[in-house]
Amino acid sequence: MSLATTESVAEIKARNKQLIDEVLKVYPEKTAKRRAKHLNVHEAGKSDCGVKSNLKSIPGVMTIRGCAYAGSKGVVWGPIKDMIHISHGPVGCGQYSWAARRNYYIGTTGIDTFVTMQFTSDFQEKDIVFGGDKKLAKIIDEIQELFPLNHGITIQSECPIGLIGDDIEAVSKVKSKEYDGKTIVPVRCEGFRGVSQSLGHHIANDAVRDWIFDKVNPEAKPAFEPTPYDVAIIGDYNIGGDAWSSRILLEEMGLRVIAQWSGDGSLAELEATPKAKLNVLHCYRSMNYISRHMEEKFGIPWCEYNFFGPSKIAESLRKIASFFDDKIKEGAERVIAKYQPLMDAVIAKYRPRLEGKTVMLFVGGLRPRHVIGAYEDLGMEVVGTGYEFGHNDDYQRTAQHYVKDGTLIYDDVTGYEFERFVEKIQPDLVGSGIKEKYVFQKMGVPFRQMHSWDYSGPYHGYDGFAIFARDMDMAINSPIWKKTKAPWKDAPRPSLMAAE
Amino acid sequence: MTQNAEHVLDHFELFRGPEYQQMLANKKALFENPHDPAEVERIREWAKTPEYREKNFAREALTVNPAKACQPLGAVFVAVGFEGTLPFVHGSQGCVAYYRSHLSRHFKEPSSCVSSSMTEDAAVFGGLNNMIDGLANTYNMYKPKMIAVSTTCMAEVIGDDLNAFIKTAKEKGSVPNEYDVPFAHTPAFVGSHVTGYDNALKGILEHFWDGKAGTAPKLERKENDKINFIGGFDGYTVGNIREIKRIFELMGIEYTILADNSDVFDTPTDGEFRMYDGGTTLEDAANAIHAKATISMQQYCTEKTLPFIQGHGHEVAAFNHPVGVSATDDFLMTLSRISGKPIAKALEQERGRLVDAMADSSAHIHGKKFAIYGDPDLCYGLASFLLELGAEPTHVLSTNGNKHWAEKMEALFASSPFGKNCHAYPGKDLWHMRSLLFTEPVDFLIGNTYGKYLERDTGTPLIRIGFPVFDRHHHHRYPVWGYQGGMNVLVKILDKIFDEIDKNTNVPAKTDYSFDIIR
Repeated sequence: MSLATTESVAEIKARNKQLIDEVLKVYPEKTAKRRAKHLNVHEAGKSDCGVKSNLKSIPGVMTIRGCAYAGSKGVVWGPIKDMIHISHGPVGCGQYSWAARRNYYIGTTGIDTFVTMQFTSDFQEKDIVFGGDKKLAKIIDEIQELFPLNHGITIQSECPIGLIGDDIEAVSKVKSKEYDGKTIVPVRCEGFRGVSQSLGHHIANDAVRDWIFDKVNPEAKPAFEPTPYDVAIIGDYNIGGDAWSSRILLEEMGLRVIAQWSGDGSLAELEATPKAKLNVLHCYRSMNYISRHMEEKFGIPWCEYNFFGPSKIAESLRKIASFFDDKIKEGAERVIAKYQPLMDAVIAKYRPRLEGKTVMLFVGGLRPRHVIGAYEDLGMEVVGTGYEFGHNDDYQRTAQHYVKDGTLIYDDVTGYEFERFVEKIQPDLVGSGIKEKYVFQKMGVPFRQMHSWDYSGPYHGYDGFAIFARDMDMAINSPIWKKTKAPWKDAPRPSLMAAE
Repeated sequence: MTQNAEHVLDHFELFRGPEYQQMLANKKALFENPHDPAEVERIREWAKTPEYREKNFAREALTVNPAKACQPLGAVFVAVGFEGTLPFVHGSQGCVAYYRSHLSRHFKEPSSCVSSSMTEDAAVFGGLNNMIDGLANTYNMYKPKMIAVSTTCMAEVIGDDLNAFIKTAKEKGSVPNEYDVPFAHTPAFVGSHVTGYDNALKGILEHFWDGKAGTAPKLERKENDKINFIGGFDGYTVGNIREIKRIFELMGIEYTILADNSDVFDTPTDGEFRMYDGGTTLEDAANAIHAKATISMQQYCTEKTLPFIQGHGHEVAAFNHPVGVSATDDFLMTLSRISGKPIAKALEQERGRLVDAMADSSAHIHGKKFAIYGDPDLCYGLASFLLELGAEPTHVLSTNGNKHWAEKMEALFASSPFGKNCHAYPGKDLWHMRSLLFTEPVDFLIGNTYGKYLERDTGTPLIRIGFPVFDRHHHHRYPVWGYQGGMNVLVKILDKIFDEIDKNTNVPAKTDYSFDIIR
């Protein structure tokens, strides 16, 4: 059903350019001008995708983006399991993000672990009028009394905090002192800051730097004996267990993972990370800041990797191994060889069912490029992609390492654009988020949520790839998609483009 | 247990394998700085005690696991109930991403809503330009028949004036002058999603009835025989509103459902995405002023709307999410009285069938203790049904319930011998409920999806009734109102009771003598 497979690259480019022109027509002039900069057709050989990014979303267009609070509490801090994260402000933000991201962890929830709980200061009008600092101080006392095994507290600011002039830093310092130097981290991630989740990631990274790293006593005895093979996993949120199916590979190749940021992570792991010999970075977008900081301050090198699909996994294992001695290099080869039969079996089973199928993606800050290799391992082709909150360096990486000539690129896509693009291109699969899922399924287009793995996963690592392949097959080849048209209705037009 | 192409292991099996278990144990021991397991166990046990409960209930500032959301969610819920209407939330954009996700996760449906995407500069200078550009974009892109504006707390804190902003946006040509842009201020730091429902609905009716913010003459009421119906914020809106329509039609009453979102949250998969579907027409919304009466199914969702309507000369009646025989009787008798039409024979039969079913099954429910939490009206409706069944709604907790609600609940308990040991807990959260379940255990818990954490921790079996229900599918398609809705609730409760009996009697040669085939 895909058009892409039967068309030349030149034809695809012309069609995509025409599509962009068409969608821009709906906007008032000023908006069309702004949106035009975010849409493009990729030209092979270019150093980036030719789109502007990380700019303000336009009012009223139905952006898919979230906010800085979502980037800090929802993404970076929320998964740190032994700390209590207070959603500071009105009740909603914490409520809507409560346990919604499937950051898996091991622990006794409510006793020594708190990830799937919603702690909030539930601001009332009087807190807005008189300020919430006293309430915050009391909340910290109540947490200490009722949840004595917590290892630390973070204060995740919602919009009003920065607007009413609360001094959460002062409260944090006073309370930290009162509780024997307890880790209490104020985070200025008010939702109106920046243009998307992205600034929230950055603010959260900076809070780790300022309120955790800077308070660790460098003279203190390490909790464990260092080895030359100590690494930290940075930027894996353990969605459906992703960090676990990654960690196991690093350990099998002879490395020792001393910290996970932040899926199934703990305060002790954050504190120990400056002892790592290498930081391996999966989600570049959300955690490059702290990786760069550790490089500058502690001299720890960092290395991006991609654990989606066997091609990228093997490439990444070798890249990580290149930072170490022959023992680890051999370890990487051993791991690749060990899983080869499983990968062969998975591809033998699923590739024939998925060969030539086309995919359009729209995800956050990493997956719009990172998952492309995994689809290609299954013989599939990504014909359109874009970032919800990527920056130019993401589009550079995308252009230089991932997308093909002629791929449609859409930054901070609007609901309207995405719908039109999919309607015209008719991909075999769309991979995006919960807000998009049902829109496309109604249109009869198979869909997988690529933030939450549609409640499946893990998708990282070799174990994850088997699940990924199974899920994509399940989505695309579900018999239900043949039933969307009642048999007494006319058969769908074979090609919407041709009909125009 | 290792991964396998033929039988792919999912997360719930994969990580139980010895390789992963060993890896996770090492991680914990070496790197996580864990507490001594004995200490964790000690605290876990302590958190079950009356002593802990006392400290827990002494909380003054901290809220843990509340069962309420914020105002704009209710406003969005109302807005999509009008024909071709797009909700527009003025303030930060992240909020809108949250409302849309929240509603989509419950209904498994698209949820369309736009934001004015205010950022730091708007926080300083106000969001007027965001309103001007936003309305123009929304109007051009999505061609709504109406744009219903509400606010996030950001816009409220900086004091943006919706009335003035919308007026200015119209002057600047964002939308035509006569175009309908009703609005409501919906600060998240006041009330909850049910308050937002109330404010938004009132805003829309005010717009149509009282002169469209000074741009049109006020409507003059000419009373007719119609009855307006307001459902309130309701996770079962799809099934409930359809059931209510059926009841009105059976009785031959002319009606207008206000904020009818039963279709937009239940669109077909047939190749077409319907951003708008069904809904109260704008004409009907305006003409609703002429109705002789207005009925609200949820008093606490219409605390401002109903008096506003009453002020326009309507007879009004409010219910508390009626579930079961007597509550439905009251509802139907009120309908009959107001409309002058007799209660339909078919409904009488349905009543008899519900009574029949309750008689058949009551032995299994009688005397069982329940804990309930949820929105104030839902709690009331469910508690009154349980009392009818001879069950005891021992703990009834509503985070967004107030003192008035608690008094009403206590009066309900006092009206039945089965309510003797029952208590209402207004303004409390699910961490309070946890203490209640440990210190005064009950047989079953009724609540939304988040109740599964309480079920896990306290062992109290959860019956999922409420909003949101994320982890079970399609419940929202079945009504809980009307006698047939009561039947659905009854069956849901019974299924859980029987499942529990089976679960507790299925060990061969040990407990299986009670593993009966006939119950």
